[in-house]
Amino acid sequence: MEVSVESVSKSYGFQKAVDNISFKVNTGEIVGFLGPNGAGKTTTMKIITCFMAPDEGNVTVGGISVLKDPEEVKRHIGYVPESNPLYKDMAIIDYLAFTAEIQGVPRAQIRERILEMVNVCGLKSEKHKKIGELSKGYQQRVGLAQALIHNPEVLILDEPTSGLDPNQIVEIRELIKKIGREKTVIMCSHILAEVEATCDRIVIISGGKLVADSTSTSLRKQAQNKEILKVTIEDGDRNVVFNKLKTLDTVELVDFLPEHTQAFEVLSKAGSGSRRAIFRLCVENSWTLTEMTPIERKLEEVFRDLTTVN
Amino acid sequence: MNKIWIITKRELKSFFDSLMAYVMIVLFLGFSGFFTWLFGNDVFMVNQASLQSFFGIAFWSLFFFIPAVTMGLLADERKSGTIELLVTKPVSDWQIVAGKFFAAFLLICITLALTLPYYFSVAGIGKIDHGAVWMGYIGLLFMSACYISIGMFASSITGNQIVAFLISLFIGIFFQLVFQMLSGTSLGWFGAFMNYLSIGNHFESMARGVGDSKDIIYFLSIIILGLTGTELALSKRNLFN
Repeated sequence: MEVSVESVSKSYGFQKAVDNISFKVNTGEIVGFLGPNGAGKTTTMKIITCFMAPDEGNVTVGGISVLKDPEEVKRHIGYVPESNPLYKDMAIIDYLAFTAEIQGVPRAQIRERILEMVNVCGLKSEKHKKIGELSKGYQQRVGLAQALIHNPEVLILDEPTSGLDPNQIVEIRELIKKIGREKTVIMCSHILAEVEATCDRIVIISGGKLVADSTSTSLRKQAQNKEILKVTIEDGDRNVVFNKLKTLDTVELVDFLPEHTQAFEVLSKAGSGSRRAIFRLCVENSWTLTEMTPIERKLEEVFRDLTTVN
Repeated sequence: MNKIWIITKRELKSFFDSLMAYVMIVLFLGFSGFFTWLFGNDVFMVNQASLQSFFGIAFWSLFFFIPAVTMGLLADERKSGTIELLVTKPVSDWQIVAGKFFAAFLLICITLALTLPYYFSVAGIGKIDHGAVWMGYIGLLFMSACYISIGMFASSITGNQIVAFLISLFIGIFFQLVFQMLSGTSLGWFGAFMNYLSIGNHFESMARGVGDSKDIIYFLSIIILGLTGTELALSKRNLFN
């Protein structure tokens, strides 16, 4: 089931939280929705899940508009809101039964669905406890279980791993990946590593505006437009080497690296590589080139570039 | 209808799980029983086989107890954020409001049903006007429904239960007392209007067994007004967060 967000805007009073955002999520795709705090991620999620209506624009889920038939849209969506609110005084089983009923799961299947969710989300040993007695990680699993109980085609997760320990984070990620094979998943996060590890595609918003929409590899490529090399050149005076490197046509910036006296960081001009030139320089001056590694620019830096420009 | 019942069931269960229901029932029975049988203007002092003294007490104790029942219905969900989960399930806002309303109403029905032994005891002592008793109970139910809808409205406009409790008492006191007092001190159409707005008059005419459609219309309009207000406040999701 496709989710398509069409030029949606939403303001709180005078503050524009979401400003003309459009993107599309295809069936079976896991999309990471990234942005700094207050970028409008949660607001967008709330609009897709029919919690709020957009001021302008429209959202369709499987071709159904949230403005026209929100109840039909809600039937196809599983949602784990930010901070995962649950009825703390209910037992897990009771709560799951309540959600199943209200989602319209046929009465004969409710028992079976609950057992399946308990197994899938690893709640077996805790299933008779009250939700309030569970640790945060287990509460997060209950949140996922309630979102999945009616086998929705679209799953929307707002910061699903916040507050979990590293083991739990890995488990939840694996679970999301497993689920995402058949379902459309939109996952909100501000943790880049998480989005990179789980998502097929990344949508980045900043200040309510869409700033990027592509795969993580192509985002990284975009960043690698300017090549960065770590170079170690021995058998030469470091200042001489430094100055000579700077004179190369393709080099924009050279910097000393702290870890080795003969190590440099070389930033090439956009669209050009300096590896051959550096090698030739070494041969001409009979220096020994002991290391030349391209430095991968982290997604964090791309993210920072994209979200601070605006 | 089915969705409403699912919500009602959950709310009712949570009343009983949180001991709220038991506290409410015990306090109400203790309070009304004490004044009906033991103290003040009680059945033995009046020396008539009638439940008028019980209805008088119930009229006031429900006025205080109902806001305590309704204060958490929406305020708590707003505060803990669970309202977001509930609203994003395939239910309409009206179904949520109705479900919660019926839960509180059923709790009051259960509580009042437990006072039926009073009726049977008094009926055993002397000749009782059965019609008046049943009308009195119906009047209490109507009155409770009004205060529940007012209480829910108060609960829907704030995230704080205590504030919700105070707001619903504040609105309630007008219907319970202030309109009556105003009607006593003013003349003409204004006095008559205030008299019509006072909940006590309508309740009494029902409890005396002479209630008519005018009273029913009065009660129903307050209920509808309260619930409409609740629905409006709920649909403006981020108005009071």
